[in-house]
Amino acid sequence: MKVGVLALQGDFREHLNALIACGVDVFPVRHNEELAVADALIIPGGESTTIAHLAQTFGIFDAIKFRISSGMPAYGSCAGMILLADEILDATKDQKTFGGLDIVVRRNAFGRQVDSFETEIEFRDGFPEPLRAVFIRAPWVEQVGPKVEVLATVKSHPVAVRSRTLLATSFHPELTGDHRIHQYFVDQVARPALKKVQ
Amino acid sequence: MAEVTGTGRVKRGMAEMLKGGVIMDVVNAEQAKIAEDAGAVAVMALERVPADIRAQGGVARMSDPDMIEKIQASVSIPVMAKARIGHFVEAQVLQSLNVDYIDESEVLTPSDYENHIDKWNFTVPFVCGATNLGEALRRINEGAAMIRSKGEAGTGDVSNAMMHMRKIGGEIRRLSSLREDELYVAAKELQAPYALVKEVAETGKLPVVLFTAGGIATPADAALMMAMGADGVFIGSGIFKSGNPAQRAAACVKATTFWDDPKVVADASRGLGEAMVGINVADLPAPHRLSERGW
Repeated sequence: MKVGVLALQGDFREHLNALIACGVDVFPVRHNEELAVADALIIPGGESTTIAHLAQTFGIFDAIKFRISSGMPAYGSCAGMILLADEILDATKDQKTFGGLDIVVRRNAFGRQVDSFETEIEFRDGFPEPLRAVFIRAPWVEQVGPKVEVLATVKSHPVAVRSRTLLATSFHPELTGDHRIHQYFVDQVARPALKKVQ
Repeated sequence: MAEVTGTGRVKRGMAEMLKGGVIMDVVNAEQAKIAEDAGAVAVMALERVPADIRAQGGVARMSDPDMIEKIQASVSIPVMAKARIGHFVEAQVLQSLNVDYIDESEVLTPSDYENHIDKWNFTVPFVCGATNLGEALRRINEGAAMIRSKGEAGTGDVSNAMMHMRKIGGEIRRLSSLREDELYVAAKELQAPYALVKEVAETGKLPVVLFTAGGIATPADAALMMAMGADGVFIGSGIFKSGNPAQRAAACVKATTFWDDPKVVADASRGLGEAMVGINVADLPAPHRLSERGW
């Protein structure tokens, strides 16, 4: 399995390093040719408006949207969660997302940077130890569709969700050196999804 | 489990999210919107861009809170603001306004010619300028969560930014080549704490994100800075002092992402109209050189 990391803006290098630590074949994606050979895609933290803007300017936006809707496994952290959501509650004018995940997100839901925080969360899908999670101007999930499972919450707001092929977190596991979320994406989301396709 | 704000990871992590992006100086809500629509990762709210501060002279201070709040209300991307070097009350004011990052900036007139702000006392993160590695590490030791090379703001002349990026990069490479028992003297020479010097020697990079600033006026300037190892770019006067700000802003964003692809930089450079006029740094009398402020 080859995993691409969308490398237009944001902390894509940290995601690349986390996946290397998981022993996965991984590479940055900026062009359609790179996307074409990726079995799965990571959308990093960054500014969601900037990433969407660049993806549209360089003609990779529609291809990513199409691949995700055709079942390519994907994981998004923070900005990546916003970009995987079908709907943004407080979108800026014309703000588009790749979509695919039947959720409504609220951007900067926890507040501005002075409200950014870290805390320990329980991840409901088989992590015995709690997870140190870093939230930076983070979104939360306001509504989830029937086929979306909530994996973690903070103050009763969902901050980690998944569908069959997609995983999204409000927080940044790529910043902590704890690679369990990336391993979870690879083993519990991407591999099973790709197996079904074959 | 309790939620903790203002940790090192949260402050430094915020800068990680800005990487590969362009942070633009804006003086009002309209400019902030143009910057956001062009793909800026953040805006720096200030009353006068550096080129005007230079032209008009006088004491340059923190911006009017009303103006900062109008900009915050007009965009969803992070809003930064500048405090004078050492002016911890301006910084407290900016924190109370919920700005997302404070730039303790040599572009404003310093309030203290010996001490910088003790940045550990704040929940909001700080970015500080540096012309060399020792200065960068002293700022990090005071709590800066992000560093930018200084360049010479408001000139449109990229040569000082280039010099500072080369200097910082060169000093990091030199540290990495030293024996462990030579790092004590290296710390003395850099006038920086030994622990930070050792960390840089081991990792081969600063412990925080390194942007570049000062004199960047064109897409090719932005790409040059990325090629020199910057994590991202501040553009001050270069955008809104040019002929077509919206187009130039978008062009600089493109060139920053695809800095290693000359074709993209070429396309981004087409038909931008007039760049800011610019001043050669060599023509500036020494007391007017902003990058020499900071100690």
